[in-house]
Amino acid sequence: MSLAVEQSNRRMLRARDAMDRAYTEALDVPALARIAHVCPAHFIRTFRATFGETPHRYLQRRRVERAMYLLRETELTVTEVCMQVGFSSLGTFSRTFRDILGESPSAYRKRAVPSVVPACFGMAYLRPASFLDKPRASAIASVNPC
Amino acid sequence: MLNKLRITHVFVTDQDEALDFYVGKLGLEVADDIDLGHMRWLTVRVPGDDPERVILLEKPGPPAMDAKTAEQVRELIAKGASGFTLGFTTDDARKTYDEFKAKGVELTDGPTEQPYGIDFGGRDPFGNHFRVSQPLTA
Repeated sequence: MSLAVEQSNRRMLRARDAMDRAYTEALDVPALARIAHVCPAHFIRTFRATFGETPHRYLQRRRVERAMYLLRETELTVTEVCMQVGFSSLGTFSRTFRDILGESPSAYRKRAVPSVVPACFGMAYLRPASFLDKPRASAIASVNPC
Repeated sequence: MLNKLRITHVFVTDQDEALDFYVGKLGLEVADDIDLGHMRWLTVRVPGDDPERVILLEKPGPPAMDAKTAEQVRELIAKGASGFTLGFTTDDARKTYDEFKAKGVELTDGPTEQPYGIDFGGRDPFGNHFRVSQPLTA
């Protein structure tokens, strides 16, 4: 059993790394599922059981973290930041940003101070937890094989 | 007062596979490979670095920890939960990246220009995250 969990975790990590690398691209669940060697539905469930959130939510938080970085450290406009981190619509970007941080991109930019954290640590430690997220009762009761 | 950092460790789930990776692919050299009976004391180091500074490739398991605990450790490492494990430097990050890529090393990002230099990251076969940077020259 353990070896199966270990191998599954390792494959999910490979898919998560792919999202961290290609966060500017559209979320391609079938492609990520192929990296993880599982079918798409199984991928979403297993990813959530492994990392505590869905691939979609993981990617949103990654993009918002990268957007926070660009808002903080560069002079790009909010629209440019939106496009650079992989959102195709300003409305979706602003809504997602606000859903996760509780404030708009421009409000964040006003209060943010540049960070000196190396990028690899920033990506790990500054990826925002949603202020709306409630602790979930230990997720995912059963995983159906597919 | 302490005067040196001499040994660090990473957990590896298979020491032979770890040797293939750290020596065969990353180009480290074996410092010690000793059968202590209760454990295989396996260390590697960067060629040319302080010869005393070694990385212990430690296998989690009995008798140091019970089988269940070792299983949990392996599962956590496999999902990347060991965090940042090893940071190396190089004279040429782009060239080293290409060399590692050609050897089939799993690279996660980069090479990217950072305020402190050029760096990239990768994972060992078990899930540990290592980084390589080419520091800015003064």
